[in-house]
Amino acid sequence: MYNQTEIIKDTSELGADGELVINMGPQHPATHGVLHLVVTLNGETIKKIEPHLGYIHRSIEKMCESLTYRQFIYVTSRMDYLSSHINNLGCALLIEKGMQIEVPDRAKYIRVILSELTRIASHELWLGAMAMDLGAFTPFFYAFREREMITDIMEDTCGARLTMNYIVPGGLMYDLHPDFQKKVKAFITQFKSKVTEYEDLVTNNIIFQSRTKGVGILSAEDAISYGCTGPVARASGVSCDIRKIYPYEVYDKVEFDEVLETAGDSFARYMVRVKEMNQSIRIIEQLIDNIPEGDFVGKTKNVLKLPKGEFYTRVETARGEFGVYVVSEGGTTPHRIKFRSPGFSNLSVLNHISVGSMIGDLMASMGTLDLVIPDIDR
Amino acid sequence: MFLKEYITDVVTGVISLLKGMRKTGYYFTHPKEIITEQYPDNRATLLMSDRFKGEVVMPHDANNEHTCTGCTACELACPNGTIKVVTKFETSPEGKKKKAIDALVYRLELCTMCNLCIVACPSDAIKMAPNFEHSVFDRTKLTKVLNQPGSKIRKGIE
Amino acid sequence: MFSLEGITTNVQDWLLMKFNPTMALAIECVIVILLSISLFALLGLVLVLMERKVAAHIQIRLGPNRVGPGGMFQTVADTLKLIMKEGLVPDKADKFLFNLAPFVVMMVGMLLLAPIAFAKNFQIWDISIGVLYISSVSSLSVIGILMAGWASNNKYSLIGAMRSGAQIVSYELSAGFAVLTIVVLTGSLQISEIVNAQQNGWWIFKGHIPAVIAFVLYIIAVTAETNRAPFDLAEAESELTAGFHTEYSGMRFALFFLAEYINIFIVCAIGATLFFGGWMPLHIGNWEAFNHLMDYIPSSVWFMGKTFFLIFLIMWFRWTFPRLRVDQLLNLEWKYLLPISLFNLLLVAVIAILGWHF
Repeated sequence: MYNQTEIIKDTSELGADGELVINMGPQHPATHGVLHLVVTLNGETIKKIEPHLGYIHRSIEKMCESLTYRQFIYVTSRMDYLSSHINNLGCALLIEKGMQIEVPDRAKYIRVILSELTRIASHELWLGAMAMDLGAFTPFFYAFREREMITDIMEDTCGARLTMNYIVPGGLMYDLHPDFQKKVKAFITQFKSKVTEYEDLVTNNIIFQSRTKGVGILSAEDAISYGCTGPVARASGVSCDIRKIYPYEVYDKVEFDEVLETAGDSFARYMVRVKEMNQSIRIIEQLIDNIPEGDFVGKTKNVLKLPKGEFYTRVETARGEFGVYVVSEGGTTPHRIKFRSPGFSNLSVLNHISVGSMIGDLMASMGTLDLVIPDIDR
Repeated sequence: MFLKEYITDVVTGVISLLKGMRKTGYYFTHPKEIITEQYPDNRATLLMSDRFKGEVVMPHDANNEHTCTGCTACELACPNGTIKVVTKFETSPEGKKKKAIDALVYRLELCTMCNLCIVACPSDAIKMAPNFEHSVFDRTKLTKVLNQPGSKIRKGIE
Repeated sequence: MFSLEGITTNVQDWLLMKFNPTMALAIECVIVILLSISLFALLGLVLVLMERKVAAHIQIRLGPNRVGPGGMFQTVADTLKLIMKEGLVPDKADKFLFNLAPFVVMMVGMLLLAPIAFAKNFQIWDISIGVLYISSVSSLSVIGILMAGWASNNKYSLIGAMRSGAQIVSYELSAGFAVLTIVVLTGSLQISEIVNAQQNGWWIFKGHIPAVIAFVLYIIAVTAETNRAPFDLAEAESELTAGFHTEYSGMRFALFFLAEYINIFIVCAIGATLFFGGWMPLHIGNWEAFNHLMDYIPSSVWFMGKTFFLIFLIMWFRWTFPRLRVDQLLNLEWKYLLPISLFNLLLVAVIAILGWHF
């Protein structure tokens, strides 16, 4: 890798054959955070992209090693902050799996509903931000209007809007808010009536289509070899939905389709996410009226001790497969912990899919990869 | 054939653009759809969710009594050292020595509002309050002592 | 009835009475300069506020509403802030060109103001080749932008400026052809004659479908020429941070910002003059009573109303559409707009020769 002076030297001088090296980020409107892309250009055409990471590294994995099994869950909200609830769920599932904790049905149902709400909220934000990357500012506000309803629901029930920390090993922190079902139903009606708006403004727009169709094509083989998961891989036709392959909680009881597209371009990735929102609505509709009565948290010991061994669980976040890998020595804290974050693998294809395209295409490819930088860097 | 394709291209493109303009035009002409909240002005009517995790507080009743026993469960549960329980020994009228809190120091600037301390508390002595306007000019003001001066533990709480 | 024409004649009579003709002309020049500069400042303030309000209402929010009633003085406050801000010059920038560029862009805007008829007989310079003058001068603004991009010594600025160069040069063509259709219909390049030819109806109504097509082409082309979204590739916020004016700050940035809005005003004013009859009131056939009523509205109000309608249209575009890519931008011009406008010009020529227009 580079040391600091080499980076400066490397990026401030013209390369061979009229190459132009520009630094996109760490402060750049399109990178949505502190991602640093060193882009080598030939005119407008991209020759090479090199992502430089580390600007928001907080060593979360190391931090988690000093926290108990109850405490480390909340830190994972700070990784992929847009699907924090699902991250928390992954960690809780690992502890429940390792300690054989029985989770009440009510908790399972609520967890799934909240996961799907989180997924919709994340995709809504992505939709707005993606449209903004391509220069359309208005859809951002329309998407946020719907997202706001979800954050309100989260605020009512979980007490926070973004980093909820509502899940504890064995169930939930407290019971549902009495208004929960009513508000979720109101959200579903609102969402269904506003979906056409996104179609008019974004999906069917000729400029948007020409900006995304055939841009950043990722083949199924490449998707697999780069380790892409989630909507990015599914847009290339790779079936990789953890909710279908390894169903957790009550995903095996609900009916939903795994959204698959075959084109593998930016528009396919866009369509996968838009359709996924509808599938999430479908899941919520099936569950919202059938939440069983009962406890919201199972019986757990006061001090959690994972038995000696190695544990791995995976969940499907809004961005793909999120894996938690814990090595336990039998103590109250993990011996070693590793998170498999979807964003890191998805970012790694950026160079592959953007070489030969233009700067404008980079925005489309980067937008549809749906990068959350704290998730990549941890 | 080429000409036909060309013309359909232009027409469908223009139609898709007009559809988008109709949508934005609708919102432009319907100010009722505006969703903005006038935040600092609507402070009086602002409704915060009762579960909103804004800061940790310790409720006191009319006799200036709280229910904190000083068991340090919250201190142990806290992932980042936000809470520090300082205990002292009080002599009751019968001459028995009893452990009580001197100060429950809460450092708001470290708190991540994870709610673990509230769940851990066996006597419901602390709870989350929906206050969110925490800005101060001096960092030391964020270090708070939750129990009020001269407060005592309520009778019957062990 | 309120009329700007009376004021100008009175001023001129009074000046000729007091001074010799040369002196009077000099004083008139000074007055015109002062007026156009104040018009610039005023337009900048009004249009920026208008843009922000239009954007806000389209985006279901309120927009500026703190400074003054309904946020009216927000732009004044912003301008004061920009004036007081330090104008940074990058270390290795070409200082002379860097400082010159915003003024070049401004100057072009000022020059374009000359042939515009703001009201009946209220025009700075009714040059006989008015339309030709406009299309030639408006292409000069690219020099200022290229200058800014080059002098900034910033790669983003350079890319933005190069994009802008390619864009303005190509869209100049279809804007020119759209203007030419009206010239063909009128048979004159003079602005006052073009306006007078629309006494019994505006060209957009009189010229049948070709005039409508020409209008659409004109609006698209000038949106591109003024670097507005969806053609704001020179700025392309999410790609090039701020494009050619990335390195500008303080008053120099304000000049670029102002120039953008002035350019919009000017192209919309020209569009209103060519297609909507400039200051000419709406007249329908032989509805005498209606036509008479319309005449009571001052001509300056008509002109401003039409211009601001077109400005609103361009703002509406900006807040609805995504941005095009640079190759698509050139494709749109060379593969769609240019052939269509050439064909349209032919159609108009046929109509004009056969006298099919009203």
